[in-house]
Amino acid sequence: MEAILRVENLTYTYSAGTPFEHSAVEGINLTVLPGEFLGIIGHTGSGKSTLMQQLNGLLKPTAGRIYLDGRDIWSEPKEIRKVRFRVGLVFQYPEYQLFEETVYKDIAFGPTNMGLSDGEIDRRVRDAAAFVGLSEEQLFSSPFELSGGQKRRAAIAGVIAMEPEVLILDEPTAGLDPRGRDRILEQIRDYHREKGTTVILVSHSMEEIARNVDRIAVLHRGHTYMDGTPAQVFARAEELMSIGLDVPQVTKVALALREKGVDVDPSVCTVEALRQELLTLKGGGGAC
Amino acid sequence: MLKDITLGQYFPGDTPVHRLDPRTKIICVVLYIVALFCAKWFVSYGVIIAVLTLCVCLSRVPLRALSRGLRPVYIIVAFTALMNLFFTAGEPVSDLPVLRYISQTGVYTALFMVLRIVLLITGTFLLTYTTSPIALTDALDQLLAPLKKLRVPVHELTLMMSLALRFIPTLIEETDKIMSAQKARGADFESGNLIRRAKALIPILVPLFVSAFRRADELATAMECRCYHGGEGRTALYVLRYRAADYAVLASFVLLAAGQIVLGRLGW
Repeated sequence: MEAILRVENLTYTYSAGTPFEHSAVEGINLTVLPGEFLGIIGHTGSGKSTLMQQLNGLLKPTAGRIYLDGRDIWSEPKEIRKVRFRVGLVFQYPEYQLFEETVYKDIAFGPTNMGLSDGEIDRRVRDAAAFVGLSEEQLFSSPFELSGGQKRRAAIAGVIAMEPEVLILDEPTAGLDPRGRDRILEQIRDYHREKGTTVILVSHSMEEIARNVDRIAVLHRGHTYMDGTPAQVFARAEELMSIGLDVPQVTKVALALREKGVDVDPSVCTVEALRQELLTLKGGGGAC
Repeated sequence: MLKDITLGQYFPGDTPVHRLDPRTKIICVVLYIVALFCAKWFVSYGVIIAVLTLCVCLSRVPLRALSRGLRPVYIIVAFTALMNLFFTAGEPVSDLPVLRYISQTGVYTALFMVLRIVLLITGTFLLTYTTSPIALTDALDQLLAPLKKLRVPVHELTLMMSLALRFIPTLIEETDKIMSAQKARGADFESGNLIRRAKALIPILVPLFVSAFRRADELATAMECRCYHGGEGRTALYVLRYRAADYAVLASFVLLAAGQIVLGRLGW
């Protein structure tokens, strides 16, 4: 399958040519397939945010190229705004960007900038609001009257309303309570399933990643450290821990069980998978 | 990007000028300005230039930085020079076409005016180049303390000043972030006429103000949690102390100002 996003030898250097010069991203290669749900993990300072901002053309790479649908996004620098409509980026704490009088107008900001017709804008705003579970009443209230979780969802709707082909979310659940967190992830999952949009999720929570994504890219010091399915990546638990990352709790349980002599697959990363694994073992007269 | 703007122009260093008490430096700058405005003729300007050169050399502030500070006032300097050159009454310099409008006094006035502006700005810049903004506000707090008797809220004013200084980098970072977020939604800050561009700022300014108020609120709460109750009876962590060098420098600047007054009277 043809990649929707292809990153080649991407390098980004901050404050180039000054004593403060440092590279946040050094020679990253990454391919994202259409309709894929990709997770990106890496600890603070691993270059995740810098990479994300380059994918939609907010930052111009110091070296290397980014291809969107086979075309270099910087081939026409004047048209970079179009790239931003196609690659939607939801920043960390996006609720701080809300500014309009009503939630409706705020969600309409992106589609309006795209120059769509009023009817189309209205449809997109309502669709996006429905996806994130905002009611009609909330749509016409001030964004500053909403609760923290609702604000976050309104801000995410503002990007979804542009109907980007690739949706990037930078830690969408940071600072939310467990219920708000689950709710947002569920909505993102639904959105991905229904629209078939390519989704890139940046997160610190291994559980979140394990439960949702098809593939994981691990960033470390500006490089791609690992790239594979959750099972492949989490099977290398020791390496992950050595670079200051973690594995899901369930994987830890599986590892502990293995140490005790239970023959479970060490790469399980969801509760459901571990349950299956244990049941199979039991049914087959295993060590359980 | 926005982050590259230099705010305050403090050049960290460890020179005799940097080490002086900030209060000494402020008082010296005031005395220097007095001395500068008393200067009338080459002798007195020469003294001022000598003093300033000495201070600049001691402070090791690069000359390039000082001249960069002068850049915004070049136009004013040029304008003042031309005005004085052509509009001062007196004996014309010569009979030639243009020179007919220039008087001899005009030439001197123009020269001295330019010198005065340049010396004034370089002198005051030397203060901000060698003193951190925080040290400056601390010094102001103490120097203006007598005004408290007149019910001027000195401590509150200087506190506001240092808070403002503290939050400038934070707000710049925030602006950067909000700008990127709005750009990601297709905001366009670079094209269109003036009105369109001004309108394009709304999506940045509204969130920025909201967060500034939120921060102010949080800061007030945090200060109250640590029992802040205004300037009354408050002591400083780093107490400013005058040392021998400060007294010596103060004395020399008092002498400078007095000397200049005398020289001015003599018309030198």
